[in-house]
Amino acid sequence: MLDEPFSEGTSYLHRADPRAKVVSAFAFAMLVAPVRSLPMALCAFALALVPVVAAQLPLPRLVRRLVVINLFILFLWLFLPFATPGETVWSLGPLHATAEGLREAALVTLKSNAIVLALIGLAATSGITETGHALAAIGAPRKLSLLLLFTWRYLHVIEQEYRRLLTAARVRGFVARTDKRTYATYANLAGMVLVRSWDRAQRVQQAMRLRGFAGTFHRLYDFSTAPGDRMWACAFIAFTIAVLVTDIILRHGTPA
Amino acid sequence: MHISEGVLPASVLLGGAALTAAGTALGLRRIDWDRVMTVALLAAAFFVASLIHVPVGPVSAHLVLNGLIGVILGWAAFPAILVALLLQALLFQFGGLLVLGVNTFNMALPPVICHYLFRKALTGTSTPRTGAAFACGFLSVLLSASLTALSLGLAGEGFIPAAQSLLIAHLPVMVVEGCITALVIGFLYKVRPEVLDFSAQATR
Repeated sequence: MLDEPFSEGTSYLHRADPRAKVVSAFAFAMLVAPVRSLPMALCAFALALVPVVAAQLPLPRLVRRLVVINLFILFLWLFLPFATPGETVWSLGPLHATAEGLREAALVTLKSNAIVLALIGLAATSGITETGHALAAIGAPRKLSLLLLFTWRYLHVIEQEYRRLLTAARVRGFVARTDKRTYATYANLAGMVLVRSWDRAQRVQQAMRLRGFAGTFHRLYDFSTAPGDRMWACAFIAFTIAVLVTDIILRHGTPA
Repeated sequence: MHISEGVLPASVLLGGAALTAAGTALGLRRIDWDRVMTVALLAAAFFVASLIHVPVGPVSAHLVLNGLIGVILGWAAFPAILVALLLQALLFQFGGLLVLGVNTFNMALPPVICHYLFRKALTGTSTPRTGAAFACGFLSVLLSASLTALSLGLAGEGFIPAAQSLLIAHLPVMVVEGCITALVIGFLYKVRPEVLDFSAQATR
């Protein structure tokens, strides 16, 4: 559950500088958000496919991931076509789907999937540890990046703690139902996970103080910026800017 | 309750990012170097708690427990929730990097409000106040769902019915959250009361 399925690989993108990847993913999301025309949203989607294809990600896992993410989009499809005012193109009883509503729903679907694909191709191809260091290197507060690295470091430990407690409950005949006993069991489980995390934090904190921790975290590797890294990141961002500019021109007419 | 990337307009995204940045800066100031580890592990514990699916009749809802985060962490809930949501974005691509500001604000402001409303009633007394604990869990999810619905509603007129049904769908979750929060606080009282006192120790 808590693995990083897309971070393992030998493609060029997997080896690229995580700083360049984080910056490009962020810039892509920021530039695609204001896009309003369907053709340009489609262009953004195509552009987002480039890093995904380049990273040679496992297709079945990619599709499964996209299906889960699109549940929220599906929820919007239930409402958007019928709630947006405009010209009715299709009626179902009292509900009238409008052309504008369908357009809006399609636009949101394309943009959302484009940004998620870019995030998978660019950010998920680095490990969380690399990304954490990269965030600190591009200006995130040091305390925040430490918080991210520590949380990630102990996430699996705590998750195993939880699974162990759940197994213990099941062995004793626990079956989840909608009743008081189930809620009490889950509450005690969550409470116990909190207590165990608390105790572990004290121990780790003591061990770190003993070793003279003073707020700096030493990396076991260095960022390696290949000369190509800056180039592809700039090219990717430039293409995204072009998509947004074309979108604005399409909406406001060609400038005289 | 994550809003996906590509749904909200730029103005809402930027507003959410600015508010979250301010809240996170305030929260980070409350965490000294000796407490980074504790906050990190509590953030991990809340991440894991959100993997717990509790049956509610025929469907199930996952725990949020952000009211409890607020009571324990206070303003430090902002960086803790930011980190948990960033990990969800990087691991599962729930939400995204840009919409993270809005999602964090929606999830982290209610805990801070609950912290100020309920901390006095929930700490320092000899017996836990079950009513206050229930209200804390209930209210934080109610406020989070309202803020999420509000941000969705700001995306345009067509989004308003979706926002309304989102809020209604979370009503049972609020009741479950209230019950579980009350029970967890009762448990912590008996087992490790100093956990509930974390924010008081931090400001000392």
